[in-house]
Amino acid sequence: MRLKDIKQGSVSIACVCMVLGFMLAVQFRTTETMKAGVRYQRAEELADRLIETEKERDNLKKELENLRQTGEGDMGKENEKLRLKAALTPLVGEGVIVRMDDSGKKSKPGENPNLYVIHDDDLLRVINELRAAGAEAVAVNGQRLIGTSEIRCAGPTVSVNNVRSAAPFEICAIGKKDTLENALKMRGGVAETLNVWGIALDITADDNVYIPPYKGVWRNEYARQTTETDGKKEITK
Amino acid sequence: MILPAVGFLVGLVLGTYSPVIIPAVYAKFFSVAFLSTLDSVFGGLKAASADKFDNAVFISGFFVNALLAAFLVYVGDRLGIDLYYAVLLVFGFRIFKNMAVLRRYVLKKQP
Repeated sequence: MRLKDIKQGSVSIACVCMVLGFMLAVQFRTTETMKAGVRYQRAEELADRLIETEKERDNLKKELENLRQTGEGDMGKENEKLRLKAALTPLVGEGVIVRMDDSGKKSKPGENPNLYVIHDDDLLRVINELRAAGAEAVAVNGQRLIGTSEIRCAGPTVSVNNVRSAAPFEICAIGKKDTLENALKMRGGVAETLNVWGIALDITADDNVYIPPYKGVWRNEYARQTTETDGKKEITK
Repeated sequence: MILPAVGFLVGLVLGTYSPVIIPAVYAKFFSVAFLSTLDSVFGGLKAASADKFDNAVFISGFFVNALLAAFLVYVGDRLGIDLYYAVLLVFGFRIFKNMAVLRRYVLKKQP
């Protein structure tokens, strides 16, 4: 008598076998869908959220544009002047374009390789010099600098107006071009200091330097207007 | 022996095409139920090989074992004691024992 000769109760065993097969298949499918499901769902959810946020951003941009345009019609010349002062208009004029790139030199063993890379303070020094020399408008890699602009290292990039960009940097400044150029090239000045590390400043004087307008947003959460006082602490409500 | 195999295949097909999905919460119950079914199959085959198969015993054993196992898992879950392992252990042990008997039977009866 072999295994296949077993006749007794084969119907009952067949029924239980069917249940067994059913459970096996269901469990298999469950684990499969669970494995695939979680990651897929998460990705889909994130993609949805991204699309939603992008739509919201586009709408807000449009709204901003509309508001700016309606504001333009109202006040005329006064408004135009204010816009100019608030860096909202593109400018053109004589000035300099400074290009900076990371050093081509290799760092010597034992030396800090960071010294050969452009940092926020290198940019700040150049911009500070330009401003001291009377620059009227400055832009870094197409980002107009305004009162609240930050220049800050963000990982390997530099963040200006919360927009990140990497080397090479292009600093455009409008002002008297000779003064600006000389201010940078002055002996013991910025250009010379940075040259030690192999960071060369490529300074071009130009009669038509273009400076884009400020495109970011204004933060206005904490500041309130008040009357002028002579420096004493006095809170007006 | 053909009928159980056919039943198994039918079950597989049914399970593949049915829309049932078991939530992860019931994973413990499911594993126990699965083991008890497997145990019943082997137990039945063993009994049949020894010509001692009793339909009533087989069916009642299948259901009572499954219910008891589910009950133990449920109570264990509620009390925070892993009674679940006891069920797994017993069923696992029995499956291997029955398998061993079946194996001997097949080897011995081979002409």
